[in-house]
Amino acid sequence: MTILLAAAPALPLGKAGKFVAAAYIVFMLVILIYVAIMATRAQRLEGELSELQRDVEAARRGNDAAADREPQESVL
Amino acid sequence: MHTTYGKGLRGLSIAAIVTIGAALALAFFYAPLDANQGFIQKIFYIHVPLAIVTLCGFIFGALMAVQYLRTGDRRWDMRSYVAIHMALIFGIVGLITGSIWAKASWGHWWVWNEPTLVSYLIVLLLFCTYQPLRFSIEDPERQSRYASVFAIVAGAFVPLNFIAVRLAQQYVHPRVLTLTGGNLPGSMLLTFLVSLLGISLLYATLWKYEMAAKNARSQVRRLRRTLLGEDTMRPVGRSAAPS
Repeated sequence: MTILLAAAPALPLGKAGKFVAAAYIVFMLVILIYVAIMATRAQRLEGELSELQRDVEAARRGNDAAADREPQESVL
Repeated sequence: MHTTYGKGLRGLSIAAIVTIGAALALAFFYAPLDANQGFIQKIFYIHVPLAIVTLCGFIFGALMAVQYLRTGDRRWDMRSYVAIHMALIFGIVGLITGSIWAKASWGHWWVWNEPTLVSYLIVLLLFCTYQPLRFSIEDPERQSRYASVFAIVAGAFVPLNFIAVRLAQQYVHPRVLTLTGGNLPGSMLLTFLVSLLGISLLYATLWKYEMAAKNARSQVRRLRRTLLGEDTMRPVGRSAAPS
C-alpha cells in the first residue's frame, strides 16, 4: 500500500476532488446497500428453509407414530 | 426442468471485483488528466459505463420478454424482470453520478435543454413504471404477459431514443465514443473500456445473484407446497415480482 501511494501521482484534492469522491462513494454505497439487502433476504430464506425442515420432521414423526399404532390396533 | 443460477457465480464475482479494481487503479493512477476538464473527468469512467450498461440492461430485459411471449415459460419473465430491476438500479446511480459531474462542470445539478440528459431521464422514468404496472395486475399470467409487452415496447424505445439524440444538431454533452473511435487518447480509451467491462461484469454478477436468490426462494415454496400440501402455505400478498 505504501509503495502504491508513493508511486501514485499527487491527486488534486481541491474542489474537483470532492465531486469525484462523491460520485465514486455513491456508486460504492449503492452496491453495499444492495449487498446488505441481499444478505437480509438470504437470512430470511435460511429461516424459511429451517422452518420447512422442522415441519417435514414433525410430519415424519407423525407418520412414524401412526405406523407404530396401526399393528397394535389390528391385534386388538 | 431444474435451473441453477448459482453456477459460475463465484468466478463471475471475482472477475467483476478484479476488473473494477483494475478500472479504478487505471482511472486514478494511469489515465492522464483531461486537458479541458481536469480531474473532474474521472467521473466519466464510472458514469458513462453505468449509463451504457443501464440501456443495454433494458434491451436485455426486452429480449427476455420476447422469449417469454414466444415460449410461455415463466423463467423468461423472471429473467426479464430481474434484468430491468438491475438496470433501474444502475440507471439511478448513473443519473446521480451524472448530476454530480454536471454540478462540477456546468454549475447546475440538472439542465433541461440537454437532449442526452432529458432522453435518458425519459427512458429511466418509462422503466420506473414497469414495477407499478406489474403490481397493479393480480393474476400472475396476465401480469407476466402485460409486463413482457411493456418491456418489449419500452426496450425498443431505447435504441430509437439513442439514435434521435445522436441526430440532434446541437451538442453540449461530451461524446465519449463515436463511430470513428471518439476523442479519447489510447490510455483514456483503455481505462474507459476496462471500466465498461467491469461495470458489465458487475451487472451480470448481480443479475445472476438475484436470479439465484429468487430461484432458491421459489424452490423452497414449491417444496413446501409439495411436502406439506397447499393448505399449509402462508398467504402470499400481491407482488410485482414473478413467483
